Amino acid sequence: MELILLLGAPVIGALVLALRGDRSYGPEVNAGFSAVTFASACALAVRVVSYGPLLLYDEQFVIDAFNVFLVALTAFVGLTTALFSRPYMRVEVANGKLGPGRLRLYHSMYQLFTATMLLALTTNNLGLLWVAMEAATLSTVLLVTLYRTPASLEAGWKYFILCGVGIAQALFGTMLLYFAAEHALGSAGVTALLWTHLAAVKGQLEPTVVALAFVFLLVGYGTKVGLAPLHNWLPDAHAEGPTPISAVLSGLLLNVAIYAIVRCKILVEGSLGSALPSQMMMGFGLASMLLAAFFLWRQRDIKRLFAYSSIEHMGIVTFAFGMGGPIANFAALLHMTVHSLTKSAIFYAVGHAAQKSGSQLIENIRGLVTISPTIGWGLMLGSLAILGMPPFGVFASEFLVLTTAMKQQPWATPFLLLALGVAFAAIFGKVQPMVFGETTARRLPHPPALLPVFVHLGLVLVLGLWIPPYLAAWYHDAARLIGGP
Amino acid sequence: MHPLPFSLQLLNACAALLLLLSFAMLSQRRTVNLVNLLAVQGSLLVIATLIVAWRTGQPHLYVSALLTLALKVFALPMLLHRLIRRLNVWWDTEPVINPSGTMLIGLLVVVFSFGLAQPISAVADTAIRSTLGIAIAVILLSFLAMITRRKAMSQVVAFLSMENGLFFGAMSATYGMPMVVELGVALDVLVAMLVLGVFFFQIREQFDSLDLYHLESLKERD
Repeated sequence: MELILLLGAPVIGALVLALRGDRSYGPEVNAGFSAVTFASACALAVRVVSYGPLLLYDEQFVIDAFNVFLVALTAFVGLTTALFSRPYMRVEVANGKLGPGRLRLYHSMYQLFTATMLLALTTNNLGLLWVAMEAATLSTVLLVTLYRTPASLEAGWKYFILCGVGIAQALFGTMLLYFAAEHALGSAGVTALLWTHLAAVKGQLEPTVVALAFVFLLVGYGTKVGLAPLHNWLPDAHAEGPTPISAVLSGLLLNVAIYAIVRCKILVEGSLGSALPSQMMMGFGLASMLLAAFFLWRQRDIKRLFAYSSIEHMGIVTFAFGMGGPIANFAALLHMTVHSLTKSAIFYAVGHAAQKSGSQLIENIRGLVTISPTIGWGLMLGSLAILGMPPFGVFASEFLVLTTAMKQQPWATPFLLLALGVAFAAIFGKVQPMVFGETTARRLPHPPALLPVFVHLGLVLVLGLWIPPYLAAWYHDAARLIGGP
Repeated sequence: MHPLPFSLQLLNACAALLLLLSFAMLSQRRTVNLVNLLAVQGSLLVIATLIVAWRTGQPHLYVSALLTLALKVFALPMLLHRLIRRLNVWWDTEPVINPSGTMLIGLLVVVFSFGLAQPISAVADTAIRSTLGIAIAVILLSFLAMITRRKAMSQVVAFLSMENGLFFGAMSATYGMPMVVELGVALDVLVAMLVLGVFFFQIREQFDSLDLYHLESLKERD
């Protein structure tokens, strides 16, 4: 029941907003549908926490410890971003950047995007997972090009083609997995792509086929995660689209793509019994971290800067899942949570800061703290949090990743430290003059929504100081489910 | 060595023709012909699906064949033809690498694909000994075409041809994916084409051309 509401609310929302999204109450309706989605996600989480994993509707949907926490996170950030986008999009309309038709498109696609992500997270069918991931790309392409500027069209084209090609590799990988499953399960037909069935026979899958399948799946879904060297679309798409979309792309879509990889990794590892998937994920993770850290220095656009920071953090998560084992998985899950909360909070602050300065270029945004202390401090605290300063949650997860790496993969420690250090210097050096100093910013026609920024940062702070016992138990369950060497 | 059954020989012939078509697409510069080649590729896919459906007697494959016929032989090529007329993009410019060079790279790609398919063919008892290698080759050749083309229209045709290669692979290796997945994939492809149609008009409105040369300003600057 909760599941129907969870997936149904955003779909109905998309239909309603496609017709009425440009009315003066459009943004509120958008937030309302997101609130319904969040409420049903909470109900679902409560049910899974109290009764254990669920298999629903002919086993087509699976809700276990691993995905229910991502469902809750996705619905929560979806709601806060909808709240943030109310004043943000009103200011954009007042600035004449888009008309009523595009506002309808924006609201409708926002809901559809949420629906596709939630479908990807809850489905038990690896084929449907692929379909939902592709649908998530398609629903956001036209949002990236919402402003119709030359740069945004280029970003949209890159996003479409690169992710399209990437995801085609993932389809081939899924197909190979199906092939292996049919061999192991006999002529199982429809059930051979169900994750729970595959997990039950993972020891009998043909190792050579599964290894090849994993390469394709990792490259395919890895394109969507933004793993180097397949990350090219990510900074452009984040920088050129409207800021609420940057926030959900960075905070949610990347998580969903990682989720897809980890689901596949569980199967492949069980079949191969070797360290190949782990090593590949660690390699891609480290490469993304290092590359992003050094590209951070060259950024002049504030949204591109934080897009590269997302690549870096996805690298950390991929690396941690690659190491595997209960502690590294715990750290990776925690990092996914805090990154998603912190990065979306930063994008909210950055969005309003850019609107106030009339530019996304770092050199044009100066002295935020004098005109608007809340935006200034929001950006400063958000940046400190994402850079892993204690007492924020990112510190806790990065610390866990680092200490586990020292124990299990000592060779990787210097690279991790180097990437974290370089990223720190790059981001802090650029954000500090934006927040303090002389200002040129102006007032906005609609008061900005800064509550979501501080709610997110507050949660990240709490997660850094004290993880509530039920949440910790939940993470532990999920970490055990993912397993590893 | 005993001879293959007739249906498998037919399937192999389809596979060989598909490979030939991929090379034809690699060298073709007129966009209308490219779309026609894509439609022929689609109809070969339909024939291959029918052969497999007849051999295995799985009813859902007939539905799948019908779906492919409607989508890949009629709907998508018609959509692309209309776009070509409306946008007036009849020719591609010189490819990035000259045609003979592209062909040579294509040959290497085919050898590589058969190497890649080797371990899978070894465990296969289905009709896929040679066809899977060809499916991988079609995917990678389309990939090559995407890299070497400069016009948005040709890149999209190459993208669709890659999708065809994937379906052929799925058909020959696993007798098609489950119905719900196939429907979902078909829906995604259709929506992707509609989004692209909108997208083409946006690009042309902005740049007065569909040359991807205009879409190269977002690079990392020093």
